[in-house]
Amino acid sequence: MSARVVIVGAGHAGISTALELREAGFTGPVVVLDQAGHDPYERPPLSKAWLAGAVSTGELAFRAREVYARRRIELRTGVRVDAIDRGSREVVTADGTRLPYDHLVLATGARPRALPVPGAGLAGVHRLHTLTDALALRAALDTARALAIVGGGFIGLEVAAAARKRGVPTTVVEAAPRLMRRVVSEPVSAFYHRLHEDAGCVVRTEAVVAELTGEDGHVTGVRLAGGATVPADMVVAGIGVTPETGLAGAAGLATGDGVLVDEALRTSDPAVFAVGDCARFPLGDAMERLESVQNAADQGRAVAAAVTGDARPYRDVPWFWTDQHGCKLQIAGIATGADEWAVVGSVQERRFTVLCWRRGALVAGESVNRPADHLALRRLIAAKASISPAAARADGFTLKDHARALAG
Amino acid sequence: MAEVTLINHSGTQTTLDVPPGTSIMRAAIANGVRGIYAECGGDTMCATCHVYVEPEFSELFPPVNEDEDEMLEATACDRLPTSRLSCRLTIPEGCGAVVVRLPESQR
Ligand SMILES: Cc1cc2nc3c(=O)[nH]c(=O)nc-3n(C[C@H](O)[C@H](O)[C@H](O)COP(=O)(O)OP(=O)(O)OC[C@H]3O[C@@H](n4cnc5c(N)ncnc54)[C@H](O)[C@@H]3O)c2cc1C
Ligand code: FES
Repeated sequence: MSARVVIVGAGHAGISTALELREAGFTGPVVVLDQAGHDPYERPPLSKAWLAGAVSTGELAFRAREVYARRRIELRTGVRVDAIDRGSREVVTADGTRLPYDHLVLATGARPRALPVPGAGLAGVHRLHTLTDALALRAALDTARALAIVGGGFIGLEVAAAARKRGVPTTVVEAAPRLMRRVVSEPVSAFYHRLHEDAGCVVRTEAVVAELTGEDGHVTGVRLAGGATVPADMVVAGIGVTPETGLAGAAGLATGDGVLVDEALRTSDPAVFAVGDCARFPLGDAMERLESVQNAADQGRAVAAAVTGDARPYRDVPWFWTDQHGCKLQIAGIATGADEWAVVGSVQERRFTVLCWRRGALVAGESVNRPADHLALRRLIAAKASISPAAARADGFTLKDHARALAG
Repeated sequence: MAEVTLINHSGTQTTLDVPPGTSIMRAAIANGVRGIYAECGGDTMCATCHVYVEPEFSELFPPVNEDEDEMLEATACDRLPTSRLSCRLTIPEGCGAVVVRLPESQR
C-alpha cells in the first residue's frame, strides 16, 4: 500500500506540492483540501494586470480542472479543516469527516491584518487577499471619488498604480519614513516614490493612522496621528499579513509567527510539513517567513522531494517581484542588514540594478526593468559569488559576464 | 481555435486547441504541459517559458522586442534563431496551426 498525502490549502504552495509530488514520481493518493469555494487561482495579478483589466478572471486559474484529475490529484474545494488528530494521523473537516494521512502538508497561507484603529469596520474599507476581496475592490474603484491606501508596501502601491491609471485621486499613507522599507534599499524606495508622485499620487510617509472617520456607516476619511485628515470615500488597507497557524497550534505543533519547520520543512512532528506563507524556516543564520510565489512553489518542490525519499535542505534563493506604473522590480536575495550598495545602469532611463552587500558578501540585488540582471543575480547569489562593490562600480561591469564566468 | 503542437525534448507531442488572444504559455500551463514553468506568470521576467518556434510559423507573431531579446539571452538552454518566450506568443485571429519545440530545461 502506498502512503497517502493530505495537503491543507490549495494556494500556490499546496498546489505546487501536489503537482511536484507527481513530477517526483509519487504514486500514492494525493488529496488537497481548501475552504475556498473556487478552483485554485493566481493571486499576483489581483493587484496588477487583473485589477487593471488586462487579464480576465478565467485566466487566473492555475490549471484547467481536468489537469488535477489527470494527475490523480483529488481536489476538494469548499472544505475547511478544523483539526489535526496527530495520534491517529487524521485531519478532521468542518462536517466531522476524518481523513487519514501518512504525510500531512500544511499550506494554509496567511490572512491580511485588519487595521487596528477605530472605524476599520466602516463600509468602503477594503482589503486585498482573495478573489472575493478583489472583485469587491475593483467594483468600488469604478465609483470611487477619493481613494486612501494605508500601507506603502507592494500591495498598497500596486493598487495605487492601478487606481491612478483609472484616474482616481489617490493618497498613500505609510507609517515608515520610506516606501517598501521592509523589502527594498533606499535608492529603490526613492525611485518608486517619485514614480508614484509623477503619476499624480499623493504619498505621505511617516504618517500614522489614528482613526477612520465615517458618516452613516460609510468611510469619509483617514485621520492621521498629527490631526490632519485625508478625505476618502474608499480606503484600502495593505498592512501585511498574519500566518494561519491555528490548526498547527491547536495540534500542539511548534509555532511562532508561523509554523516552525526545519531545513527540510518538517514541523516538530516529522509526519507534518509546512510550506508557503505559513511556514517559518531556517534561512542563513535566522528563521524567516517569506510571502512569495517563488517561495511557495519551491517549498512545494522540496516537500515533494522529501516525501519521495530525496530530502535535501531548502536553500533556494528567494525572489520577489512587483509591477508599478510599468516599472518592473525584481528582487533576488534578502537585503536585511545590508551595509553597502552600488547602482548599476541608469536610474534616469528607468533601467538599473541595486546590488546590496552585508559584511562584504553580496546578499541581494534589486533590478528595475533589467530582467536579465535579475536572472544573472539569482545564479550569482546561489553560487555565493564574490563581487566587490569596487568591481561593480567599475566601467564596463556587467552581471551577465559574471554569471557566464560562473557557468564557465 | 488554433491547433498548437508542443514537442518536448524527448519527442513527445501534445496538441492543444487554443483560442485566438491566448498566449501559448497560458495554454500550456492551463493544460499542464510539462516543460514550461512560467515562474513570472507571463510578464517577460523569468525566461522559463522559452520555446523554439518552427520556422514556417515564425511570421505569425510580432518580432522580438527589446525586453524579450534581453531575456532570451538569459535562458537556461541555448538561444537559437527560433527562440521565443511563449508568454509573448499570442495566437492571432485566423491562425490554423503552430508547432513549437520545448528546450531540454527551463532553469
Ligand atoms: C493581491 C496579492 C498580490 C500578490 N502579488 C505577489 C507577487 O507579485 N509576487 C509574489 O511573489 N507574491 C505575491 N503575492 C503573495 C503570494 O500570493 C503568496 O505568497 C502565495 O499565495 C502564498 O501561497 P500559500 O499557498 O502559502 O498561501 P495562499 O495562496 O494564501 O493559500 C492558502 C490557502 O489555504 C486555505 N486554507 C487556510 N486554512 C485552511 C483550512 N483550515 N482548511 C482548508 N483550507 C484552508 C486558504 O483558503 C487558501 O486558499 C501576492 C499576494 C496577494 C494577496
Ligand atoms: S512566463 Fe516568465 S518570461 Fe514568459
